[in-house]
Amino acid sequence: MGPLAQPTPTAGSTALDRTTAESARPSSRLEMTGISVAFGGVTALSDVSLVVEPGQVHGLIGPNGAGKTTLFNVACGIVRADSGTITWRDRPLRRLRPDQLARLGIARTLQGVGLFAGLTVLENVMIGAHRHARAGFASALLALPRSDSDERALRGRATAALADLDAERYADRYPGSLPYPVQKRVALARALVSSPELLLLDEPASGLAEDEMHELGKLIRSLSARMGVLLVEHHMDLVMSVCDRVTVLDSGAVIASGTTTEIQADPAVTAAYLGEDVDVEHDAAELQAGTGADRA
Amino acid sequence: MQQFIDTTLSGLAQGMVFAAFALALVLIWRSTRIVNFAQGSMAMATTFVALALIQAGWNYWAALAAALVSGFVLGAVVERVVIRRVEGGPELNAVIVTLGLFVAIQAAVAIIAGSSFQSFPAPFGLRGFTIGGNTIALTPNRVYVIAAVLLTMALLVALFRFTRVGLAMRAAAFGQEVARLLGVRVGRMLTLGWALAAVVGSLAGLLIAGGSFVYPAYMDSLIVFGFVAAVLGGLDSPIGAVVGGLLLGLALSYVSAYFGGSSVVNLAALVILVVVLLVRPGGLFASTVARRA
Repeated sequence: MGPLAQPTPTAGSTALDRTTAESARPSSRLEMTGISVAFGGVTALSDVSLVVEPGQVHGLIGPNGAGKTTLFNVACGIVRADSGTITWRDRPLRRLRPDQLARLGIARTLQGVGLFAGLTVLENVMIGAHRHARAGFASALLALPRSDSDERALRGRATAALADLDAERYADRYPGSLPYPVQKRVALARALVSSPELLLLDEPASGLAEDEMHELGKLIRSLSARMGVLLVEHHMDLVMSVCDRVTVLDSGAVIASGTTTEIQADPAVTAAYLGEDVDVEHDAAELQAGTGADRA
Repeated sequence: MQQFIDTTLSGLAQGMVFAAFALALVLIWRSTRIVNFAQGSMAMATTFVALALIQAGWNYWAALAAALVSGFVLGAVVERVVIRRVEGGPELNAVIVTLGLFVAIQAAVAIIAGSSFQSFPAPFGLRGFTIGGNTIALTPNRVYVIAAVLLTMALLVALFRFTRVGLAMRAAAFGQEVARLLGVRVGRMLTLGWALAAVVGSLAGLLIAGGSFVYPAYMDSLIVFGFVAAVLGGLDSPIGAVVGGLLLGLALSYVSAYFGGSSVVNLAALVILVVVLLVRPGGLFASTVARRA
């Protein structure tokens, strides 16, 4: 396959590497088709399509203001698309409230960390497992046995998620007292505790040092065995090292979509990142080395 | 010495009621950043529910339970129907709305039940225990008041600390947006918070009514005392509200006994409020932890 710069990249999804996909549940596939969003007459996204296959890490990159966050928020149900369809588990997603999203097996992290300062680390993670609790309102209020065992299960689940990310020892601390990278791990544990089938990551590497980013990359890679991941990120080296496929946005439209190798070789991407009048080959090499993003 | 002990005991019993009422204010403040000036009216309304049932022949405990349930419903309805529209808006709007509710509920009860004084029964005796021939100010009813408030507080702590709903309510209080993104039904949690607060406020109203007279404005001074107690505790801290309530109860009891009698009690409460706001505006128990998630 040559450089892939077609405006409707849905077709590209047929060519993906299926080996990792088979380990996840077959129906958990996020498909966004022809998404357009305008804010008061200003077009934020026009006819954007993107597919996150189960077991795949899909990178979403683009210069500042390209519409990454808008697309992310459309996937989360925070921003409603003016046109286009979103399909999840083979069903259209329409009129979604954020709390419904969580119940559908989609989890997201927030830019920054977004932990509750007044709750302990363990409690923060427990909130993320909310959708798994079965006991209703009344039984929890009346402290019926079912809610009691529910509560214990929730606690166990949250502890396990923390242990997974090597943050178990901070369970009883408050987030404000922890170093930033640890807070990031806790926030990730909170997203993972609900065993999502799709994880939406909003700039997870921001504020991390080089080696921490490397750790994060390995972690994201290992997560893809269990779920699909949509990764919005501007650290090019992270995206290039962990993603199966990458979609590049510029000015609200898809300018490229394909494997990391294809993206790196795509002159349209280089141009979008570094401006039109540049030595494409030189800058493509720079892009590959991971320094291009810093200038974008 | 006898007088000092009596003053302390009645101060503690009073303080317990202030604490409960302050706790109700704090619960609502924490979750919705609104000071519910209608809290007293709402509690008064449910006390009249209990009174009507008792007059219809119900026993005290059944009437108490019915009144607390009606408090729960009233709190939920008020939040869902009225407060939801001003949540997150300018603070002044919410203040005006709760003040309006305060007046409206009081007027509605006066129209339905009349504004005359009616006696409200106490479930336990109002004569003090005797120790060594001396009758002290601790009556069986006051023991009941203290025990009822302590039990309610224990239940609230258990709810917030050890249940999933309590955790979700705390999350919703600390950061609505983040909680929503994590799948918490924030609207429901706010409704529930108001409902619970109305139950606690109603309990305070019912306890203070026991063995005394009720009329549509009988809670008015308790609003002031409850508010002072809540501010004393920092408005944000449940423990602060309880300690603030007890301190205020004791202070007012001593003022009443040693410095000019019951007529200066209201004045003293307001002086305490002004002093706290001037000297320690964050309250005695202000948490400096950022509340934003």
